[in-house]
Amino acid sequence: MKFTLNGAPRELDAHPLKRLLDVLREDCGLTGTKEGCGEGECGACTVLVDGEPVVSCLMPCAQAEGCDVITIEGLAGNHPLQRAMMREVGAQCGICTPGVILAARGLVEAARRPTLERVREALAGNLCRCTGYEAIHRAVLSAHAELHGPSAKSAAPVPAEEAGA
Amino acid sequence: MRTATAPFTLRRARTLDAALKILHEEPGTVPLAGCTDVYVALEFGGTPGSRYLDLTRLSALKRITTSGEKLVIGALATYTELQKSRFVRARLPMLVEAARLVGGVQIQNMGTVGGNLANGSPAGDTLPVFAVADADVVLAGPDGERRVPFNAFYTGYRKSVRRPDELIVAVEVPPVIGKQWFRKVGTRAAQAISKVVFAGVRGLETRLALGSVAPTVVRLPNTEMVLNGGGSIDEALRALADEIQPIDDLRSTAAYRRGVAANLVRQFWSATA
Repeated sequence: MKFTLNGAPRELDAHPLKRLLDVLREDCGLTGTKEGCGEGECGACTVLVDGEPVVSCLMPCAQAEGCDVITIEGLAGNHPLQRAMMREVGAQCGICTPGVILAARGLVEAARRPTLERVREALAGNLCRCTGYEAIHRAVLSAHAELHGPSAKSAAPVPAEEAGA
Repeated sequence: MRTATAPFTLRRARTLDAALKILHEEPGTVPLAGCTDVYVALEFGGTPGSRYLDLTRLSALKRITTSGEKLVIGALATYTELQKSRFVRARLPMLVEAARLVGGVQIQNMGTVGGNLANGSPAGDTLPVFAVADADVVLAGPDGERRVPFNAFYTGYRKSVRRPDELIVAVEVPPVIGKQWFRKVGTRAAQAISKVVFAGVRGLETRLALGSVAPTVVRLPNTEMVLNGGGSIDEALRALADEIQPIDDLRSTAAYRRGVAANLVRQFWSATA
């Protein structure tokens, strides 16, 4: 299959029903993507496919064919949210952290400052058994302030954009 | 995954005709879209089939549009797309609410309306909405398309009138007149499968539907009749008790579900007064 992985074209031979999670970890050697529950409940294996967060434990790799896939390695350890997670101690054991960062990346990069409610909603699919979430939520808001300035206009409570559908 | 997928095959259809041909010629083929049910089954050691057909390239089935008075939701529309669609937001806000409460964002980006219908779980979050909206399910098969009223689609627990060589291609929703109300009760707000799920419409005619209280999602014709005939909510709840058959399972108990179902109908009735 051919796809773009963290910005670089990639071609590999994998069974089309193999989970994207396993292709990333085993065929690509990118072990930053973690397997938590394996049933789409915990969000640890979250990656971005064409910019949207998905759980890679429930995606046959064939569905990523031709897509732009971003894993935690694609953020190169230097994303404002990664720095904020360190600052705010948003990680303890670290298993949920790559998934949390990718699930929240869109909110951090969007111009409008998310409300706490929006942050909670965006991360509702990412379970963390260590931090109690508050430090994670602070890190997301802090990263947004770092990227856009603390006075960025606040976002509507629910996404109001229209689908192209 | 507990089930090894290596011996299985996956085909990817580029057109609806090609997909229908594969389903017709290779019985037992399992259609795949968001995979949020099939891959969970595989994780737990289940074998939904040994031949799979990926539908996600059929982009025409992702479309959400209108046709005359009807809202037409393509079977491959995801929960995220339902929430973003201006047509769904304007006409069927209870479906936006249902879509918002399915799993987390990741599942909403993957799971589809067609999958929710085809999986046929009595706990499916969108199903009570389609029940009270009097929607039609559009099925495509080797002989063309047919429409089945949503309320005649299920014949039993996870059983429907869909033939194995048919695909759900869309759900058509006529205009819904009246106040719409949706509520899901689960262990937590996100990620939890419903213990009880409810949708209601209150207009000239009141319509009610509950999920997770019977082998399929159910409309509540007797309860509706009491309310539409000017009866009190207490009389309606007595009718309700006779038309649901909740069970004890790993998520909840029959007694709890009975209590919650009655509370939801009562809450709907006061919230939409």
